[in-house]
Amino acid sequence: MLHRLPTPEGLGYLKRMNIRTTSLGCTRNGRAILSGISFDLADGTCLVLRGSNGVGKTTLLKTLAGLLPLQQGSLQIDRDQVAYAGHLDAVKAQLTVEENLQFWAGIYGTGDIRTVLKKLDLSALADRPAHALSAGQKRRLGLARLLVSKRSIWLLDEPTASLDSQSTALVARVISDHCAAGGTAILSTHLELPIRKVLTLDLGKFTSKSADSEPDPFLDEAFA
Amino acid sequence: MIALFKRDIMLAFRSGGGFGLALSFFLIVVMFVPFGVGADLALLAIIAPGILWIGALLACLLSLDRIFQLDFEDGTLDVLATSPLPGEAITGAKAAAHWVTTGLPLTLAAAPLGYLLNLPSEAYFWLVASLLTGTPALSFIGSFGAAITVGVKRGGLLLSLLVLPLYIPTLIFGAQTVTRAATGQDPLSTWAMMTGLSLFAVAAMPLAAALALRVNLR
Amino acid sequence: MSVWKYANPAKFMSLSGRVLPVLTVLSGAFLLVGLVWGFFFTPDDYKQGSTVKIIFLHVPSAFLAINIWIMMLVTSLIWFIRRHHVSALAAKAAAPIGITMTLIALFTGAIWGKPMWGTYWAWDPRLTSFMILFVFYLGYMALWTAIEDRDTAADLTSILCMVGSVFALLSRYAVNFWNQGLHQGASLSVDAETHVDNAFYLPLLVCIAGFVLLFVSLVLLRTRTEIRLRRLSALQVRGSAT
Repeated sequence: MLHRLPTPEGLGYLKRMNIRTTSLGCTRNGRAILSGISFDLADGTCLVLRGSNGVGKTTLLKTLAGLLPLQQGSLQIDRDQVAYAGHLDAVKAQLTVEENLQFWAGIYGTGDIRTVLKKLDLSALADRPAHALSAGQKRRLGLARLLVSKRSIWLLDEPTASLDSQSTALVARVISDHCAAGGTAILSTHLELPIRKVLTLDLGKFTSKSADSEPDPFLDEAFA
Repeated sequence: MIALFKRDIMLAFRSGGGFGLALSFFLIVVMFVPFGVGADLALLAIIAPGILWIGALLACLLSLDRIFQLDFEDGTLDVLATSPLPGEAITGAKAAAHWVTTGLPLTLAAAPLGYLLNLPSEAYFWLVASLLTGTPALSFIGSFGAAITVGVKRGGLLLSLLVLPLYIPTLIFGAQTVTRAATGQDPLSTWAMMTGLSLFAVAAMPLAAALALRVNLR
Repeated sequence: MSVWKYANPAKFMSLSGRVLPVLTVLSGAFLLVGLVWGFFFTPDDYKQGSTVKIIFLHVPSAFLAINIWIMMLVTSLIWFIRRHHVSALAAKAAAPIGITMTLIALFTGAIWGKPMWGTYWAWDPRLTSFMILFVFYLGYMALWTAIEDRDTAADLTSILCMVGSVFALLSRYAVNFWNQGLHQGASLSVDAETHVDNAFYLPLLVCIAGFVLLFVSLVLLRTRTEIRLRRLSALQVRGSAT
């Protein structure tokens, strides 16, 4: 699903802009928490979302992924290119590493999981059941799923949570390579990741004031 | 879609739950009936069609919450919702996998269990036929209930309360088919109605389940 | 001005606040007149004796039990399509009244059934249908209470109400196949040949009007309560945010 903005520049310009938002607003449990988020993200860039807990990083990522309905503003993103990774790994404990990836390859209609396994140092673990993996290995498996999806827009919610420095470096390297190959990534993290061409968006600046949000009909002052 | 279907069946085998559990439950329910009503073979022959259908229905109910709950908890559903699969394909594939791992084995087990309950010999064909075309309705209607309750913690009891009323028409037509066959009446009309109901459930329930799932993933 | 302006909670509150007293008084008057007329000023039935007079409770409650579900279906659809909060809350408010009406219909039917059929309960298609309606109401109400987030609860109960309506209808036809009934035909019908005698018909209509007015008053009252609850929690959220 492509949400296109009417712009004077025309489609040729839009094609280079992978993701574009205009005064985007998000709500959580019916309450506006973010508003006025506008950014253009070109191919090959990585956007890091920052902000304290509860500021709405997950909500924004879910809105971008289409899991939450768009509340305000406009959003242009090619949903057929989105690969979403929430803070859960979506790994099936009963299946082996290879079976997990094979499944996602089937879902995304892509093949060849061998090179992905090799790239993420998972080849030796291919036949190991996922419940026997460490947290870092599981996260690597989660990243492998993104590579298998062969999609260009990655939305990552806290990909570095509970990882040691070595695994964090690996995550950064995979994201860097993805962007270097022309892909786009939006992620939330508290760490400084060694990624080239990185932009930062501090969500704390976009915290919604009640005046920005659509009025709650139950807060109408005309109440009898 | 086929990948999801295959994986769900594989998971049911791996975790040992789905398959064996429903069958054992079915066996125990059938075994308990003579304990409850006495071992009078003539009486058992009368109530056998109903008992077999209710037993299969309850055994099916047991594993319904697994259709979406586990995938919801580990984040798989979020990823699936952003994958190229449409929501209806997700719910349809999962309900179909549930039928293969629950409804189908229950259908196969029903005939020997019918013998234990002294089911009249004319009714065996219709017992298997009615369960074969009726259990898909149980799985697909059940998947809708599972999709509604996926966000509710410990929603098993609620799931039963929501799904069991929806099972009423299927149960009535299914058990009637077998009863009619056992008492020498023509079972074809009720069987046809139940099968029609089943086809309706297979066609419509994935849509309703996908709608409910999308609400629950918000 | 469209009717949808009353979908705004504040507008709804001010309008319903004004009509509620009138409706309450009217429903009381209609019920009083209808029941007194029905109980004391109608002849005994030649076959059923004075037991027939329970019809003045039984028929209106049964009529409402079904129609409240239909009203819930309509309000659920309105919520689902137009996202008016009042509509979802009205459906929520109607369910406990609907289940009460179902219970009244079942109990008065049982009391009536004992002298007529010699039994309080029989697995007759109509009785069974009401039993089924009762469990549909139960499931619907249980789902409302089980879900924390209000909009999610409204969405899911609407979907359940729509799907449930289809299956309730299917169940209704299924039970007709399953058992032949004892229950008499419809008490009310446009066809003057088949419905009950005029001596009963007029007070019955008054009773039904009274029950409908009672339901409308109760559902307005309960919807107002739900709206106040929503407003309370909205104010609390705003209070904690600032």
